[in-house]
Amino acid sequence: MAAGLQRCEGCGLVSRPPAHAPEPRCPRCDTALEFRKPDSLQRTVAYLVAAAICYVPANLLPVLTTRTAAGESSDTILEGVVLLWSPTGWPLSLIVLFASIMIPSAKIVALGYLVLSVRRGWAQSPAQRTRLYRMVGFIGRWSMVDVFVDTFTAALVQLQPLMSVEPAVGLVFFAAVVVLTMLAVESFDPRLIWDAAGANEVRHA
Amino acid sequence: MPRRRTRMSLVWVVPIVAAIVGVWVAVAKIMGEGPTITIVFDSAEGMEAGKTEIHYNGVTVGTLATLRIAKDHRKVVATARMQPETASFLVEDTHFWVVRPRISGATVSGLGTLISGAYVGMEIGKSTRSERSFVALASPPVVSQDVAGTFFVLRTSQLGSLDYGTPIYFRRLQVGEVASYELDADGRALTVRIFVQAPYDGYVTTATRFWQASGIDVSLTAAGLTVQTQSLLSILVGGIAFEAPPGAAAGAAAPAETTFTLYDDRTQAFQPPRGVSQTYELVFRQSVRGLAVGAPVEFWGIPIGEVVDVRPEVDTTKMALTVHVTVEVHPELLHVTAPSQATPGGVEEHRVRVDGLVAHGMRAQLQTGNLLTGALFVALDFFPDAPQASIDWSLTPPRIPTTAGEIAALEAKITRLVTKLEALPIDAIGKDVTEVLRTLDATLAEARRTLAAADKALADAGTLVAPDSALRVELSGMLQEMSRAMRSLRVLTDYLERHPESLLRGKSGEAK
Ligand SMILES: [Zn+2]
Repeated sequence: MAAGLQRCEGCGLVSRPPAHAPEPRCPRCDTALEFRKPDSLQRTVAYLVAAAICYVPANLLPVLTTRTAAGESSDTILEGVVLLWSPTGWPLSLIVLFASIMIPSAKIVALGYLVLSVRRGWAQSPAQRTRLYRMVGFIGRWSMVDVFVDTFTAALVQLQPLMSVEPAVGLVFFAAVVVLTMLAVESFDPRLIWDAAGANEVRHA
Repeated sequence: MPRRRTRMSLVWVVPIVAAIVGVWVAVAKIMGEGPTITIVFDSAEGMEAGKTEIHYNGVTVGTLATLRIAKDHRKVVATARMQPETASFLVEDTHFWVVRPRISGATVSGLGTLISGAYVGMEIGKSTRSERSFVALASPPVVSQDVAGTFFVLRTSQLGSLDYGTPIYFRRLQVGEVASYELDADGRALTVRIFVQAPYDGYVTTATRFWQASGIDVSLTAAGLTVQTQSLLSILVGGIAFEAPPGAAAGAAAPAETTFTLYDDRTQAFQPPRGVSQTYELVFRQSVRGLAVGAPVEFWGIPIGEVVDVRPEVDTTKMALTVHVTVEVHPELLHVTAPSQATPGGVEEHRVRVDGLVAHGMRAQLQTGNLLTGALFVALDFFPDAPQASIDWSLTPPRIPTTAGEIAALEAKITRLVTKLEALPIDAIGKDVTEVLRTLDATLAEARRTLAAADKALADAGTLVAPDSALRVELSGMLQEMSRAMRSLRVLTDYLERHPESLLRGKSGEAK
């Protein structure tokens, strides 16, 4: 920034736009050039808030409805974890517990912490926070595990009329949490971490 | 460098939408969350928290959420989450009960629960007062309050395999069930209340017969082997079937609480109508040895009733022993064709009819039915010579006049004969006879003499014709001569026949 160089988000071309152009554009692909993702923090916060809202019904509402001859039962994620917990099934139970409850909440908390740190302009340990950001981004796709497991189960267990498993409304919220946290991660600009750290170097009015 | 300062981004729509959807789902869930009620059960056997459902008319209307032991350590308190639409049903007199497989005696109920597990049945009350805590019924109410239909009453001497909920069949279609039964105060019979659902209750007419359709009814008749069953379930748990007898007039629909007789089987049910039995008492002044309870009452050989009680009574004032025989008569079996039937079956008419029969000499008599065993039966017969008698309808039961039985009548006849014999002047007759005999003796002596004379005469006659007497010889010779002469005369006539001319010309010399 100090050098006035901008990296194009579309084609990766690094260019120096005209000094006082109102809307700098990439000379190669005509993508609007920005020094930082626009409204990064606001977007991240918005997605985080939405994810946090969806996190509540995702955990309170049943994600699976199992119909057997003995009757119909709807289980929430936590009930599923309890149901799976057995001498032989505990690893799966733990995986579901981590993938479905710990990781989404950890992601929300971690991103919240990053947003807060940028807002407050914390200068300490930007490298660690960047690593945290990378980790959150990496984990993101794996927290879809539960959604996959449940949808696969639903697709496989259709022994009508003896038994059937159907996804319930909680699964939609759960998927929403996963998607919204991924969007939040996507919206967050890790360069902002360094903006505060390098405030002494670069400062914009 | 002019940096676009933070403005409200459109991205905030996302959390707003999420919040709206979340709130909407939450509201929908809360709204969809029906009322929570508590039900106290005697036992939680077969029930499972979160799984056991509450059914109303086969529709799941709730689920038992939790089960816990009540504070008194005896009952079980269940919390049930009900469907929201049930809120208006949960009133004071709404009933709950457990439906679990029940096998008692010959009754199997709740067969469905063997597969589905126990569930809680529900019956909606009529009250308007809302209620959220209930005590479950010990046994399922047999008839739901809101099922249209009619109650009828059946009278039977024994319950058999009947129980609450025993199905009622009409043409093998289950149309009702046994609602209740109770033993009469005197312990002699049972009153069974049954419920027949609409519209099938319309088929219960005054002519309808009810019978125990329990199991398989195999009957071997002249027509062959007949097997009657109602359904597989009735074989298992028994049942009651009803039908109008074939060929009978349909009759009017029976009003509620009409009493019917419950027959033991279809054959018995379709016997000619017996109707309401009439009880009469017969008083005999004779031995009733051989008369048993159940002996038939016959009218000219047609059974129309039976003996229900035989009991001796001693009148200490007159020192007379009488035997009181109570009989039940089914007058309908007689097919009375009365000229006027203004009130058919009316009590008055019936009395007039019986009075008429008695006036014409109808009496009850003990008769021997089986010569080997000496079993007696009661015969109603006409004895026009019987002394005038009538029925006193004020007595309970009224008494039909009796006449001495065959044996008693025979005894009476013999007695009369003996008395007559005793009255005969045997001695005088004896004297007369002696006199007559003496005269006869003299006459006989006379006769003997006459006979001797006759004998002599005959003997004389015998000498005359003795073989070697002269008369005999001469007679013999004369007869031989006569015979010879006759032969010559025949030869002559033969010759004359062939040679009639010889009479004119004389016998020709030529020899033929
Ligand atoms: Zn470009």
